[in-house]
Amino acid sequence: MRKKRKFFYLFVSPGFLGILVFVLLPFGDVVRRSFTGAVTGKFTGVKNYGIIFTNQAFLLAVKNTMGFTLVCIPLLVLTGFVTALLLNGLGSRGWMKAVYLFPLAMPTATIVMVWKMVFYRQGFLNLFLTGLGTWTGIWGEVRRDYLGTPAAFWVLVGSYVWKNLGYTVILWLAGIKAIPAALLEAARVDGAGKWQRMWYIILPNLKGSLYTIVILSFLNSFKIYREAYLTAGAYPDKSIYLLQHLFNNWFVNLELDKMAAAAVCTGGFLMIVILILQRLWDGNEWDEKNNRKKQ
Amino acid sequence: MNGMKKTTGKNNKAGKGIKIFKKALAVLSLSLPALLVALPIALLLSGALMDALEMKEYLNPVFMNGEGFISWKLIPDYPSFENYGKLLFATPQFFILFWNSMKLVCCILAGQLLAAVPAAWGFAVYQARGSRILFSLYVVLMLLPFQVTMLSSYLVLNRLDLLNTHQAIILPAVFSTFPVFLSYGGFRGIPPQMLEAARVDGAGELTIFIRIGLPLGKSGLLSAMVLGFLEYWNMMEQPMAFLEEKSLWPLSLYLPEITWGQAGFAFCASAITLVPAVFVFLMGQDYLEQGIIYSGLKA
Repeated sequence: MRKKRKFFYLFVSPGFLGILVFVLLPFGDVVRRSFTGAVTGKFTGVKNYGIIFTNQAFLLAVKNTMGFTLVCIPLLVLTGFVTALLLNGLGSRGWMKAVYLFPLAMPTATIVMVWKMVFYRQGFLNLFLTGLGTWTGIWGEVRRDYLGTPAAFWVLVGSYVWKNLGYTVILWLAGIKAIPAALLEAARVDGAGKWQRMWYIILPNLKGSLYTIVILSFLNSFKIYREAYLTAGAYPDKSIYLLQHLFNNWFVNLELDKMAAAAVCTGGFLMIVILILQRLWDGNEWDEKNNRKKQ
Repeated sequence: MNGMKKTTGKNNKAGKGIKIFKKALAVLSLSLPALLVALPIALLLSGALMDALEMKEYLNPVFMNGEGFISWKLIPDYPSFENYGKLLFATPQFFILFWNSMKLVCCILAGQLLAAVPAAWGFAVYQARGSRILFSLYVVLMLLPFQVTMLSSYLVLNRLDLLNTHQAIILPAVFSTFPVFLSYGGFRGIPPQMLEAARVDGAGELTIFIRIGLPLGKSGLLSAMVLGFLEYWNMMEQPMAFLEEKSLWPLSLYLPEITWGQAGFAFCASAITLVPAVFVFLMGQDYLEQGIIYSGLKA
């Protein structure tokens, strides 16, 4: 065993040293800086934290980022689940999966031109809506600007789902495939209907997938900044001013003390959320094992 | 899963009809998003083949900000390769940026192979005090967005005097923990008995890693490479923050700089940028799928 321990350190340490130098030590420095003034470098206590929590831009960005997350993650998780169920019912065609996955491979910069063409005031979406309106006679011409108004929020939500649907579908499909067929068959023989099987067997067995899908969707939701920045610039409509914009603008203006405090808060918050979700899931696993033992 | 369908049709005709109807409904509801995926791509590709005059006519309402709507033809009236010629023969910057992108992505992936794959093997095969906690730390680091570590990266790059060089982008990315996690997924599937048997036969630990670990666990590291390529080919935040000099930029930052007046040019540049990504996507689709599944194993 002792020999094995040596080899663990041997294999892990080169990468770990890099992480130490490029991530852990500098982050420690950031934590230190969050308690000091940017120019003087003197200890100022929690002053920086006080400043960011009364800063309008920070509060707006936190609110928007949370709002965005709370809207788009449930939306993505649900859409992905329904799509995965449908695909699974069809015997999941390979090319269908490829179509859903493709947006993941498209660099954001290549597609921004198309987004602009769709969402401009004279763009395709308005053209389509006007056509639909005059054809059905319900409404007339639609002249809406989607990128410079609060509608931009929904453009972002839409492009987030567009990009990440494939990722989620693959994860759900893997989860569904992992449910033992014998279990479903047994339930069917015992007379469980379609919805009963869904409720009592499929859904409980997918709890683990749900946890990982939520975490990874959350991770990917931060990358929406690319779309937001490219379609609307560094100071977009108020409805899509996200934490990512704020960090970037503080960085450009070299407001490092605020950045340090905000980085510590955001990092700490994320860590707590991750650990809670992890604990929730581990607890579940533990419960299930215990239940099995009892039976 | 097939049981779901079996209950609906008990070999009578009505049941069969319903089954077909349901299947058609499923296909229909799946094709709508598929169409939404395909349309932007079609727009992009047709734009890249369009003659400048024709495009100007279609896009005119957008420039003039007046009445009327944008229009488009998915098959251009006057298809031309004029933009490609201009891009490939008259725009040397484009080449520089293309190779910048290539260099960044290749160096990052090679570095990740050297740093992350052995680490993943260490986590998958050996145990030591603190290895579980260290792994949890890696998971948390993997999930932290760039913005949170932006300042810390800046501080260290500044101290090492690497700002405004390609190393500023490459080095922090090499030590990302995401590939550790994906490679770990591949190595975990190797049965420990096999390694034990090799040890009994007198193989050293390094030999085991190279001769057994790498060939059997290659799905993990290949999926890390595929996902990594797509991620870093699309990288924007890091170069935007750490590269001031435009001649060092990757393509992903250059494309948005092209103005509407040169829309055809932009489409064309986008299409060329898309080529490597599509190539990797098509070659590595299985690994991409596998990688996504690994990433969800126990994030």
